[in-house]
Parts: sequence; C-alpha cells; structure tokens
Amino acid sequence: MDRGLIDALRQAVGAEHVLTGREDLLRYAGDATPGLSRLPAAVVVPASAAEVAKVLALANEANVPVYPRGGVTGPGAGAVPPQDGIVLLTARMNRIVEIDAANLVAVAEPGVAVGDLNKAVEEFGLIYPPDPGTVATATLGGTAAENAGGLRGLKYGVSKHYVLGLEVVLADGRILHTGGKTVKDVAGYDLTKLFTGAAGTLGVITQATVKLVPAPEARQTMLAAFAGPEDAGRAIAAIIAARVIPATLEIMDGATVRAVEEYARTGLPADAAAVLLIEVDGIAEAVAKEAAKVIEALTAANAAAIRTATDAAEREKLWAARRAVLPALAGLRPAMFVADAMVPRGKVPAMIGAVKAIAARNGVTIGTFGHAGDGNLHPTVVYDSSDAAEMERVHKAMDEIAAAARELGGALSGERGGGGQLKYREDQLGPAALGAMRAIKKALDPNCILNPGKLVGECG
Amino acid sequence: MSADKQLLAEVADAVANCMKCGNCMEVCPLYKELKTEASVARGKIALLEAVLSGRTDITAGLDKRLAMCVSCKACTAKCPCGVKADELIIRGREAVVKARGLHPVKKAAFSLLKARALFDFGLRLAGLFGPLAFKKLPGRLATVARFPMPGLDRKRIMAPVAATPLRNQYPEVVRVDNPKLRVAFFTGCTINYIYTDVGQAVINVLKANDVEVTLPALQHCCAVPVYMSGDAELARAFARHNIETFERYDPDYIVAACGSCTMAWKHEYPQMFAADPAMKARAEKLAARVYEISQFLVDVAKFRRDNLGEVRATVTMHDPCHMARGINVTAQPREVLKAIPGLKFVEMKEPARCCGAGGSFSLAHYDVARLVNDRKVADIAQTGAATVATGCGMCRMHITDGLVQSGRSEEVVHTVQLLDRAYQAGRK
Repeated sequence: MDRGLIDALRQAVGAEHVLTGREDLLRYAGDATPGLSRLPAAVVVPASAAEVAKVLALANEANVPVYPRGGVTGPGAGAVPPQDGIVLLTARMNRIVEIDAANLVAVAEPGVAVGDLNKAVEEFGLIYPPDPGTVATATLGGTAAENAGGLRGLKYGVSKHYVLGLEVVLADGRILHTGGKTVKDVAGYDLTKLFTGAAGTLGVITQATVKLVPAPEARQTMLAAFAGPEDAGRAIAAIIAARVIPATLEIMDGATVRAVEEYARTGLPADAAAVLLIEVDGIAEAVAKEAAKVIEALTAANAAAIRTATDAAEREKLWAARRAVLPALAGLRPAMFVADAMVPRGKVPAMIGAVKAIAARNGVTIGTFGHAGDGNLHPTVVYDSSDAAEMERVHKAMDEIAAAARELGGALSGERGGGGQLKYREDQLGPAALGAMRAIKKALDPNCILNPGKLVGECG
Repeated sequence: MSADKQLLAEVADAVANCMKCGNCMEVCPLYKELKTEASVARGKIALLEAVLSGRTDITAGLDKRLAMCVSCKACTAKCPCGVKADELIIRGREAVVKARGLHPVKKAAFSLLKARALFDFGLRLAGLFGPLAFKKLPGRLATVARFPMPGLDRKRIMAPVAATPLRNQYPEVVRVDNPKLRVAFFTGCTINYIYTDVGQAVINVLKANDVEVTLPALQHCCAVPVYMSGDAELARAFARHNIETFERYDPDYIVAACGSCTMAWKHEYPQMFAADPAMKARAEKLAARVYEISQFLVDVAKFRRDNLGEVRATVTMHDPCHMARGINVTAQPREVLKAIPGLKFVEMKEPARCCGAGGSFSLAHYDVARLVNDRKVADIAQTGAATVATGCGMCRMHITDGLVQSGRSEEVVHTVQLLDRAYQAGRK
C-alpha cells in the first residue's frame, strides 16, 4: 500500500493507532472461519466518528478497501479481508454515552461490549436482550452490524428489534444520523434497519441508540430428554401451541449429548436422541403458569426424563450441560467448524435427522445443537485439518448441509450476517432481491471500499 | 523440522482448538488496557498458528508480543473450549528461546540465578549494601531508588533486600516440644531474600501449632520465572535440584507461602518431566505432599483458634493469580482471616483479578503493569480496608507500589502475618 496513505492515516488517528508490523497484521487476518484469512495492509484504531470519517475519506480517495471490525467473536468471516485493505477497529470507541431509563433507551459507542452495557443498565432494572453466546466480549457495533440474535431470540427477538437509531459514517466520510429515541418513526426509508445487519458494507456504525426492556423478575428452567428427535419436535410444537413463548428453547442432538456426557458428566441420559433446555421468564405468577404448561407439553410429547430447577444452583446445573457443548465437541477432534443453519421451527427435527444422515454418509463427525425455538441450528463438524481426504468429505458434508437447509425452506446463516457463506447466497435470495441489494450498495458506496465482497458479493 | 518449530508442532492440535471466539478478551487484564489483539490470548494463538503454517517466522516481533502476557491464567479458566492458552504462550516463548536465545538481560540474570551459591552471595551483598542505593520509606517494607538504575523505573517502589536472608536467621531445623507434625519449608526467593517477615510469620505460626519446621539449606529458586520466560532446560535443572534436595529429608509435608512456588511444585515439576517417567514419578510423589501455608493450616494442621488474640483491623484480600487459578486456594486464606477475633473482613470487587505484577512482567512492562494495578488500587480503596492480605511476594510489592504512587496508606501483608499477630496478641 501507498506509504503516503499510511502516513495520512497516522496523521488522522495518531501514529500509535496505526499498526503495520507483520506480527500485528497476522492477528487481524481472520476470524473463527477456518481457512479464510488474509493479511491487511494496516490496522487503524480511530477514537471517534470524526476520526472514522477521516479514515474513510482517505480510503475512498485512494480506492482502498476498509474492513470494520468489532469484537469478532463469531465465525462468519464478516471481518475477514478478502482483498488487500485496511482493518478498522472500533475498540477505542467504547463509551456508554447515556442511559435514559425514563425513555428505556441507551446510547453507546460501537466498541462497548454487550455484556458491559447489560451490567450498566442492570441497576435500572433493565436489560438489552440480544445476547449472542459470546455476549461478554461481543461488541454493540459488531452485533448490530451483524444483526446478531442469541439464546433468547425466540421471545425477545434479535438486534434489529432493539436498534432505534444510528450514527453512521458513509464511505466518503459524511456522517449521517438515523432514527432516534422514539419507538415510532416513519419519516423516509428505514435506514436504521438498513444499516443494522449490513455487516459494515454500507457504512461504519459509530454510535447506536438502543431500546431497553424491563429485566424479568423470575424464571424457571427445565430440561427434557427424548428417545427420538421427532418427540422433541412434537414437544416444541406443543409448547408453542400452548401459547408459551420461552425465553430459551435450546436443543442438542444425540451426538452432542454423548460428547457432553463424555466431557462433563452433567447427568444427561446418554441414550437420548435429543435434549431440550427450556427457560421461561417474566412476572413470577406468569412464570409458574407457563412452566406448568411447558411440563404438560413435554409429558404429552413422551419426554423420557424431565428435570426442573427450583433454585439458582439447580439452574446452573441444567445450564452446565448447554455450556459444555462447545468444549465437549472441540475435544473430539483437533479442529471444529460451527455452521449456522436456519430452518422453519417445525422442521428442526427433520434438519437434525438430515444432518445425522449426512454425517453417516460422508463418514464425518457432526454434533448439532442450537436455538430450536427460532429454528436456528449449529451443525458442528469436528475434523483433523491435516487429513486431506477427510477435509474433502467435510467440505462435501458442508455443501449437503446447506442444500438440506434450503430443501426444508431455510438457509445457512441465521444469525451471522457475514460473508463466509456467500456461495449459498445467490440461491437463497434470487436475482431480483440480490440485484436490489447491489444497487443500494452501489449508491451508498460507489467505489466499493466498505467490506467489499461481503453480504451481497462482488460490486458489479 | 528444526527444534524450535518442533516445540510448536507438538502443540498444534491444542492451538487448533482455539476457535477465536474471543471470550478471553473479557478477562484478560492486559486486553482491558491495551484493546489490541496483541495483548490477548486469542491473538497470540493466532500468531503461533501463523508460525506453524509458515506465514511468519520466529522473529523478534513474535518474541515481543508473546512477552506481553502476565501468565495470570484468566483466559484458560474462561475458555469454553478448554484451551490452556497460558501454557501455549509459554510454549511459544520456549520456541523463541530455542530459535533466538534468551533476551540478554534475562540471560545475565538467569546465569547468576543458575549458580545457586553465587546467587545467594550476591543477594546477601545486596542486603548489606542495598541501603546505599535504595531509600527506605517510613512505616512499611518499601524502598525507592536513590539514583536512576538501568531497567528500573525511577519512581518505582521496591522492597529492600533483607540484611540477613531468612534461612540464615534460623537453624536448619526449628524444633518444638512434642511436635505433632513435621514439615519442610520451601521459602522461595522473595521470602528468603526480601520479605523475611513473611517467613518469620510462617515459622511462628507453625510453632504455635506444634509443627517442627525444617528449612533445607540447599533449596533453590522454584523455577517459575525461568519457566515462564521459556527457558525450559534451566527450569528443569532447578526442579531437579529442588526435588533431589527435598527427597533427602523425606518430609511428611512441604509447605510454601507463595502461590507460584506451590504451583511449581504441585503442577509444573511433574509436567516438566513428561518425557522422563522416572523423574516425573519422583516429582509427583513430592507434589502430593505440597501445601500452600493457609491450605496446610486449614486442611492439615487444623490450626488452633482457642488462643488467638484480637487484631483490630479492617482487611480485604487480593487473590494472587497462581493462588486462585494455579492451585485453586482461595477459601483457606479467608478462613484464616475470619478466625481472627476483632478482624473485620471486607471482600473487594474481583479479588482474583490480576494486579499486574506478573512476576518479572512488571519490571519489563512497568507502564502497562501500572494501568492494571490502578484498577486493583481503586478496588482496594472502595473497601475502606486499611490492610490488604495476599499470598504472593510479587503481588505485595506491586500493590504496595500502586498504593504509594496513588498517595494511599494501606499496608499490604501476607495472610499468615495477620495470624501471627493474632497468636502474639493471644500470648499477651
């Protein structure tokens, strides 16, 4: 890259906030997506919207791609540079600007960890619900840009349901504001929703105004094991049919259950074909009523075993199994890849069955777990990357998983907007929708410098 | 494959298990301050991966970035995939030492440390002549340099080197009438040469519980500083020396009053001899007898509580990293404090959060270590306690520095010193 540009970037943000050492660049070359990584030419760490504006204006002028990067706590390749360019870190923009408890909103910079925001609003009896698995380190900017969901998506929704307003720096360095503190806002196009989930391809979020909701006063946790995935499917349907929307409705398939028991001995029945973890929350009376309905639904669906937690210690025990999933699967083989598949809720058992068949057919090990309540599953392939023959089978299995999700009316990439799964994007969206998205991209970022190649593919 | 790369190839699977989720960012004390991947486990593992895949070499830049870790083990305790990041970072340093040799300053320090007798002689001289170079601060075991010294921040508060090392203050066996138990005391360097007050308290407290204490004269550095720097060979030599030394006494128990020393005996010595089954078995045999002092007092000796006098003090506790996550001893020191009449115990926020000392880390990276320390000092201030109890000499020195730099007056002591005061008060 042009030395002049590096010098100008140093001028813009301060020399110590532009990293160019090879050992530094190597750390910003990838995310959790295996096999995808590329060295950026520089890493820039601006401290304000004004500095971001300077960086983007410089990059736009020089036609150099910019890859915005938050906590990068998920796979999905959203922050991996596919071409030479600059990585822009939001880490220094980490102030909580305002907590407006009366209006139930918070205003914060993109580098604030979602967990820290939740800690800050806790004393007002409020929560910010979107909580991806890595909530302690995932940033507000990253989760908003990726429209992240999480473990309580079924009841509480995902990031786009909470982002009310944004400050965004456009590709040419202009700063725009969308939305605000009000719930209702119909002036013009809904740019807030457009930039939320745009994965940094349309602009860089430098501040977000988000909606907060009251923290639930009570909760009840239940765990149920089933002899067949269809029984678990029936249980999920029965819970929803009973008009209960649990905050958490998690599923683990048989392969995952056995890995967890091998690893942590949490007391799950090792012969279970599926296990559901369910949590209802809210006002104490409502929680008691909903929990009774859930147990009724589980029993009607032939649950082989049901455990309920009545205190914090027991709740912790039930959650321990869910939390042990990743380390347990990781321990099976040298490496793993956590895929992200979305299917209609009713197709969850079918998808679990399909993944099981794909694993058997290709001779690879896959454990499936995920957010059954919103049909978001994580088939997790474990493998040894030094075995070329196995890798070929792994890639074939991954393609088949994507096809299976589509056949069931779903798609890959439920909660991770990134670009790693782009090869499946065209089939999923269709030419008209993809064309419209590319037109928007072209209008807002004519030189195509913002996270190019992601979300909607190459600039036309 | 070259020997340096081979060291990394052996841990390739463990490196591959890091899924880059970044959970380590939540707990890494250095990441909190620096906010770059350079400072956190995930980034360092990515670098080891880059070396393994041939994308970079074992460079001075790699050395510099791997050095940016306090070995507090918080990442390892947090990791959802069970990746032992702290051990991988040390393995990386080992590869650096193999490929590029030790940093010249460390090389000089370690070659002195290697010659036990010379090291002992040097530190005794330092004890005699230290006052010429360091000015004592009133009221506490703390000094500040009288003139600029290489490698030392001018304002930094150190602790004076003792005029007489602990082991020279006592006979090799400190006898009691009717001993109920017999222990060998592994003093470690900070207690032998600097914080002899802690060593005296350990001996007093053990005597008060009818425990006979042996101080094996030829014991040497526990090897942790050397091991953490990646000089595995020298670390093994120290471990072997200590094992052979203590075997000669065949003690029922080995007691140490430092989290890192205890961790070395319990976990690192057996690990260091993974390729030498006979030596590993000897290390394990002794490891099973090793206790940190508060752990020994509570779990083994069931320390006397009937003759404790009052200690009127409000005390908070800092759990050293290697106590909390190295040997998992946090309940016992609290039990000791809570047994003392008149003592009011106040828990601080995040007591097991690293103070930034990190052994020699705070010498090499004083600025960052201070930033980490500032948070600890703020947490201490919030408790209103006048005394901070801890279980590590390096933490004591570093926190004392932080407190003095912030113009505060709390004293920092080892937990066992407060118990010693209580026994003394009981005798009055």
